[in-house]
Amino acid sequence: MAKREIQEINAGSMADIAFLLLIFFLVSTTMDTDMGIITKLPPMPEEKQQDEKVDVKERNIFVVLVNRDDKLLVEGEQMDIKDLRQATKNFILNPYDEPDLPVKEIVDVPFFGPMELTTKHVISLQNDRGTSYKMYIAVQNELNAAINDLRDEFSLRKFGVRYDDLEDQDKIAAVETVVPRKVSEAEPRNIGGK
Amino acid sequence: MAAISTASLPDIVFMLLFFFMVTTVMREVELRVDIAAPTASEVKKLEDKALVSYIYIGKPTNKKVFGTVPRIQLNDSFAEPEQIRDFVAAKREATDENKRSKMTVSLKIDGNTEMGIVTDVKQELRKASALKINYSTFEGDAIEALKAGR
Repeated sequence: MAKREIQEINAGSMADIAFLLLIFFLVSTTMDTDMGIITKLPPMPEEKQQDEKVDVKERNIFVVLVNRDDKLLVEGEQMDIKDLRQATKNFILNPYDEPDLPVKEIVDVPFFGPMELTTKHVISLQNDRGTSYKMYIAVQNELNAAINDLRDEFSLRKFGVRYDDLEDQDKIAAVETVVPRKVSEAEPRNIGGK
Repeated sequence: MAAISTASLPDIVFMLLFFFMVTTVMREVELRVDIAAPTASEVKKLEDKALVSYIYIGKPTNKKVFGTVPRIQLNDSFAEPEQIRDFVAAKREATDENKRSKMTVSLKIDGNTEMGIVTDVKQELRKASALKINYSTFEGDAIEALKAGR
């Protein structure tokens, strides 16, 4: 029997087909990785709890108000947003033990040992319905930045790495005890009328 | 002069093709609102895209028909804040039970939107107990962007 010669398939157009598919995927690809500020909303209060008010002393609350003209009122005084980060840090740390900044308590933190911390502080953020979203994000961002800066600072001093690069869960928990994230958003209401 | 062999060209193209096929995330919805996200510096990347649902808020793209009042978009259509609960419930139903706690709602909101509508949406999300949220932003200097009017 005569050996039939195996015909070679012409693969010349293979590249064209592949190119066609490639271009399709190139066009339909969205390379956007979604980034943003990740937060947790407080759970909805139960009906009966509605009226209950948590009693927090004046000096322990850091009140940040944003009105509908995107103006910032911090602790009763107008403030430019660029000063907010430093003011927040100062509030959380209360470095000079000032009487109108939060009370300090001695806490025994793992890794860090006994430390004087403002355990009862709360940052309260309130905005108006007319506040612009970008201003709200900027304020949120500055508050987060203050907390992250402080965490980085303590983490670098103790462990030699930034907070984000910490891997040991116990160390992360320790840094979070030193600088907790206590930003509370008030139940919505209108500030500054309209 | 001998022609350069192009026999390996398909291989190269296929390699690129596979790369794009693997990394591709198909556009899920057609945007009906204009969104210019604000800028922030303290951003994190969202990890598992399958567990993220998106809520879009901004002025309608088609202003002649829908006007210029900011609207909420869920999936492919405009929605009222009350519909968010059903939207979250449907998404939760479709998610694997032991991953439900990791579900995130990403809010893609135009920077010039007023907070009123955003607050309504947040209240609805709280009612739906979808508490893990992400304010979608660009990465950059927040204050500079604010001053530049972006």
